[in-house]
Amino acid sequence: MITLIIDGKYVEVPEGATVLEAAREADIYIPTLCDDPRLEPFGACRLCLVQIKGMPRPVTACTTPAREGMEVTTTNDEIERIRRTIVELLLSDHPNDCMVCEKAGDCTLQELAYFYGLRENRFWGERRQYSKKDNNPFIERDMEKCVLCGKCVRVCEEVQGVSAIDFAYRGFRTIVAPAFEKDLNCEFCGQCVSVCPTGALVGKLSLGKGRQKDIKRVDTICPYCGCGCNITLHVSRNEIIRVTSSPDTLNEGWLCVKGRFGFKFVNHPDRLKRPLIRKNGRFEEVCWDEALDYVAERLKEIKERYGPDAIAGLSSARCTNEENYLFQKFMRAAVGTNNVDHCARY
Amino acid sequence: MTNSIQEIEDNDLIFVIGSNTKENHPIVALRMIKAVRRGARLIVADPRRVPLVRFAHLWLQHRPGTDVALLNSMMHVILKEELYDKEFIVMMTEGFNEEFRTNLEEYPPEVGEKITGVPKEKIVQAARMYATAEKAGIYYTMGITQHSHGSDNVFSIANLALMTGNLGKASAGVNPLRGQNNVQGSTDMGCSPNMYPGYQRVDIPAVREKFERLWGVRLSDRIGLTASEMTFEAEAGRLKAMYIMGENPVLSDPDVGHTVKALKALDFLVVQDIFMTETAELADVVLPGACFAEKDGTFTNTERRVQRVRRAVSPPGEAREDSWIIAELSKRMGYEMTYNTIEEVFQEIGMAWPAMAGMTYSRLERGGLQWPCPTTDHPGTRYLFKGGFPRGKARFTVVKYRPPAEEPDEEYPFVLTTGRMLFQYHTGTMTRRVPPIEVVAGEPYVEIHPDDALALGIKEGQKVKVVSRRGEVVVRARVTSRPDRGVVFIPFHYREAAANVLTSSLNLDPLCKIPELKVASVRLEPIE
Amino acid sequence: MKGKDIQIKVCMGTGGLAAGGETVLRAFRESLKEKGIDATVDRNCSIHQVGCRGFCARDVLVDVIIDGEKTTYQYIKPEMVPQIVEEHIIKGMPVEEWTVKDDYRQFHEKQVKVVLADCGEIDPEEIDSYIDRGGYEALRRALTEMTPEQIVNTIEASGLRGRGGAGFPTGLKWEYARKNPSEVKYIICNADEGDPGAFMDRSIIEGNPHSVIEGMIIGAYAIGAKKGYVYIRAEYPLAVKRLGIALEQARQRGFLGDDILGSGFSFDIKIKLGAGAFVCGEETALIASIEGKRGMPRAKPPFPVEKGLWGKPTVINNVETLANVPYIIRNGALWFAQYGTDKSKGTKVFALTGKVRNTGLIEVPMGITLREIIYEIGGGIEGDRRLKAVQTGGPSGGCIPAHLIDIPVDYENLTKVGSIVGSGGMVVMDETDCMVNIAKYFLEFTQAESCGKCVPCRIGTKRLLEILTRITEGRGRPGDIELLEVLSNDIKLGSLCGLGQTAPNPVLSTIKYFRDEYEAHIHEKRCPAGVCKNLLTYTILEEFCKGCTLCAKVCPAGAIVGERKQPHRIVQEICIKCGACFETCKFSAIKKG
Repeated sequence: MITLIIDGKYVEVPEGATVLEAAREADIYIPTLCDDPRLEPFGACRLCLVQIKGMPRPVTACTTPAREGMEVTTTNDEIERIRRTIVELLLSDHPNDCMVCEKAGDCTLQELAYFYGLRENRFWGERRQYSKKDNNPFIERDMEKCVLCGKCVRVCEEVQGVSAIDFAYRGFRTIVAPAFEKDLNCEFCGQCVSVCPTGALVGKLSLGKGRQKDIKRVDTICPYCGCGCNITLHVSRNEIIRVTSSPDTLNEGWLCVKGRFGFKFVNHPDRLKRPLIRKNGRFEEVCWDEALDYVAERLKEIKERYGPDAIAGLSSARCTNEENYLFQKFMRAAVGTNNVDHCARY
Repeated sequence: MTNSIQEIEDNDLIFVIGSNTKENHPIVALRMIKAVRRGARLIVADPRRVPLVRFAHLWLQHRPGTDVALLNSMMHVILKEELYDKEFIVMMTEGFNEEFRTNLEEYPPEVGEKITGVPKEKIVQAARMYATAEKAGIYYTMGITQHSHGSDNVFSIANLALMTGNLGKASAGVNPLRGQNNVQGSTDMGCSPNMYPGYQRVDIPAVREKFERLWGVRLSDRIGLTASEMTFEAEAGRLKAMYIMGENPVLSDPDVGHTVKALKALDFLVVQDIFMTETAELADVVLPGACFAEKDGTFTNTERRVQRVRRAVSPPGEAREDSWIIAELSKRMGYEMTYNTIEEVFQEIGMAWPAMAGMTYSRLERGGLQWPCPTTDHPGTRYLFKGGFPRGKARFTVVKYRPPAEEPDEEYPFVLTTGRMLFQYHTGTMTRRVPPIEVVAGEPYVEIHPDDALALGIKEGQKVKVVSRRGEVVVRARVTSRPDRGVVFIPFHYREAAANVLTSSLNLDPLCKIPELKVASVRLEPIE
Repeated sequence: MKGKDIQIKVCMGTGGLAAGGETVLRAFRESLKEKGIDATVDRNCSIHQVGCRGFCARDVLVDVIIDGEKTTYQYIKPEMVPQIVEEHIIKGMPVEEWTVKDDYRQFHEKQVKVVLADCGEIDPEEIDSYIDRGGYEALRRALTEMTPEQIVNTIEASGLRGRGGAGFPTGLKWEYARKNPSEVKYIICNADEGDPGAFMDRSIIEGNPHSVIEGMIIGAYAIGAKKGYVYIRAEYPLAVKRLGIALEQARQRGFLGDDILGSGFSFDIKIKLGAGAFVCGEETALIASIEGKRGMPRAKPPFPVEKGLWGKPTVINNVETLANVPYIIRNGALWFAQYGTDKSKGTKVFALTGKVRNTGLIEVPMGITLREIIYEIGGGIEGDRRLKAVQTGGPSGGCIPAHLIDIPVDYENLTKVGSIVGSGGMVVMDETDCMVNIAKYFLEFTQAESCGKCVPCRIGTKRLLEILTRITEGRGRPGDIELLEVLSNDIKLGSLCGLGQTAPNPVLSTIKYFRDEYEAHIHEKRCPAGVCKNLLTYTILEEFCKGCTLCAKVCPAGAIVGERKQPHRIVQEICIKCGACFETCKFSAIKKG
């Protein structure tokens, strides 16, 4: 462990920790746009500049390793001035259309603008223009809102191992783009969407479906494969409009295309809404009592005639433990057979 | 999994066999990629160039169904070069005897190469890489199990891990990756014909008596039918009624024609699901259930982690939670199930199975718990067999290579292997109703090697008839070097070209009754 | 018995080639063949291509050396060759009319050639001509007589500092790398010379590639690297070609490859072509580029000597730095340290350009004054106009005003006045140069070359440029100067790499020394140097106009009206401010301002 002093406070962190991590350890806020603890430090947004005693110029906390005895100042007039300039520069090249932006209320840039009280801008000038509309069904990309923090590029390479996107062009014209600026053709895991601090990358499914403040968030588990990823369902008007995942979960906030974007089946019109009984070869909608009575009656009849082992049940890996437990209990205790299995073999 | 997902990132070596992890367990794959970035070595053994191969240091492209030969051959090298963990074998295992070693004698790398098609140098390299790693974990899925000798495959994997002492410690182990959100839980909960919840055998009287006390009812001592046996029994007319909850065997089981015939032969079929599945269409009664987002409860993931599922929206129309439906049916059958809350069911599970006795909903609130978790102050178990095995010593099993039940011949010259792809899920009941997924992956296909395609005059995107002894499907060709020559692949998600029309339901593993879905013989006929 | 050899050396550097060096060389070859020269003069007469000798403005430069006596011809064209052969080579009478004059000697007088000593003397495509002049002697000595530690000590004692711009002590850098226990290390030669108007590294590689290679091998041996890269821009095809030839010849002679000179030390060099991104001169971006990634800098630490190419310790030295190494090893640290100032030792190569009479490549001892460079080597300002400023260090540097030209040129002093030595660009400016426009010019460059990674550089330089542009277009606002200063300082402090950290230097130094020019632009909407078109008006002074109509004839816009022999008038609405009339008027009757 090493000890350093941040804003006069002694902080102990393990060897290899960065100054930013140390500051967070001590609950000292340093603004960032490009940092994500799950990704390699990048040092692009420059908001986390801090002054370290003995160093000739401010350095980025996210890339600087903490050293024994280091004295760090996270805020002073000069640092705040530079941070303010940076945010102002970003806003001078931003559509500033928060009133219609999907990300409003959950946008780091918006927060920073609020934090620094930026309404006027000394640097108004040319703005990047981006009119390309991607046809892919999952991810909306608006490079005018991109702050080039590189999180999407890094997550795609470092975490997902796909490298579907990278920076293209130089200087003011720099954008993030798929190869040859074609449409995205990737695994559509949406990891990029999940790390984007602004509205540059948003899921198409959630567009216009609900403001952050109106959303109910429910933590649950993904219904697809056996990884057991923790997901958060964003619900608005009894409809799931978005799925996210928190970084402090076993899946570290990462999801796959199914987990992140595969939730539309929930309110699909094809959902079965009423019990059905086949009458004269055709299904007819019936009420629950009729359906349940009919099933119970038929099962009892068969059990009486052929014995309980003439009945079998297949349970589901889709269902919860409790339901599976009840199902086998039903087969064993109510029907009286061990003819119960599920799909583990397929 | 004997070990945990999180531990993967500290593995020194990752041996993936019969698992297309990047597509089918994407998040587990991310941990593997992370481990590789941190310096772990990765071996992938798969007949296809699956996406994970891109990150692998070594890729063993063995022929479908030759896993035992590959593994035995690796163990042969480990034995010959004395790379095995002598201390672990003495202390923790039994059966590492003459018979076991003599059996391995028969699989020198030359023989391995002949059977598997993997160059012997690579077999030797893989053996050395695996055996010399400090912490080596094996990961597998249906590529190992869905064979007529799936149990043998699993025994071989266990042998390999035992030989090198890679069990009972962190970041190692034998790790089957479960393919469905709660397939682990379904098994844990006793949805199997021979086990009560918690792997307690129905044919042991003391166990049965315990459950009779718990449930207040007399229980059958007869081991029940497995899913595949149910199909046969139904077809034979001995099974009269089935209650299928949230399953779609018509698409997921081998030999669709056979499954449909069997289900039609039933006197009474009840299907409880959220959509009108291919199976539900055959039912007498269809009961509308609730999906994951509409109910409370728990799922158990592949690493034995029990986690909370929470209700976010209400079910459509009159659809009801499955637990309600079951309890109502039970009542009408004359057996009352009275629970005030779903958590009461969970508490009863804890009574039935000590490994979950220490869990409560409030303890699961954040992050869940991994069983065994016997007491309320137990932190859960990250990896199994620390300090020993439940049966005392772990046992080596002598495994001999047996070829797949169906091998290619003149009439059916190709090996068909089936599986999933990234975008779709299982029988597609859910994903095929997600419009954006249908945009990018809406059509079935058959992967065929360019050389084979050329020989057959098949072009990319061309429609092809794939024919087996069971049936035929028409799909578009995807000409790619992902499969080897002589091997074709079809994902089984699509009802319009169900891969399981082609597979066989006859070739079951003798022990587990798992069908050979990963190997079938087919021929391809270009259309137009 | 035959007499001594006759040698003809034709400049085939980029300057020489552009002036027709190849045709001149061919003309000599043909002419000599025609005359059957060897028989005629009874001597062995050989023709050589050589690299740049600095005074590119005089190309094609040709040396004729007879009996060790060198005569240099300037501005040679192929048609002049037969006469030189006939009169000089055969008859021994130099063609005086075409030989270089005093100004050529003056150009060289104050120069001290260390790195360029063999440039222009040897055939860069022929290893023997380098070896004949002592080449690879230093390598032999290093490998057979010196330990890596001794080499590092020698370089440290010489005081050699990085010639790429930052001036980091080379010996120290090598020492860090040498001490690193890693088994794998790399040495990279940074030949990604990107400053506009700079051609120092290019000329060295084109003129004497072996000196760079020898320096690299010695460096590799000193730090323990087995593999080296030369990262060179693809826009330097001649340098790439000659480097490739030189590497191949060095391999054939056993200077590269396994077990070099039987020492047991093995090393080889690979050429890596850059795609012309200025930022790839920044070492971490350069490393990323070699690794096949986008050339974007990353934060330091870790420095490349700790974690560089493929994560291994890596020394990156500039071309000129490495080219110095063989000469230091051969002649000793003290010999090198005799040149220069207390903290800046040795010589520095500059690309002298701009409004100076003699432009070209020069090598001067550190500590020489700007005045000596401009007025003695450079021969003063063109047209005897007034010197206004000297811009050094390229886009990262600053403008030094005329009143400071007596400061010695070294790392410390140039930094003190707000500029840098940089890689060696030196642009001389006179009273016809607008300093706001100069700043704008450099910002156009840097903002376009910013890699786009960090915000201050990507957007900040763009905004600087926008403000400068509006000032030069007469749309400057009160407060713009202060805004430029504030933003410049924030960019300097906030940027990730050297590009952004230095990009505002041209702005800050011009504001510092020429604030009045900025103010004139903003407040009076006037460009004092008469450069910024939007702020210019051309008017005809009636009292001087003779009505000769010349101006009206050259005006491309037809903006000048008037009767012959009557004073003319410029219609301002039509005038495009091209200045053609101003240049043409013989009576100074046109006023610009």
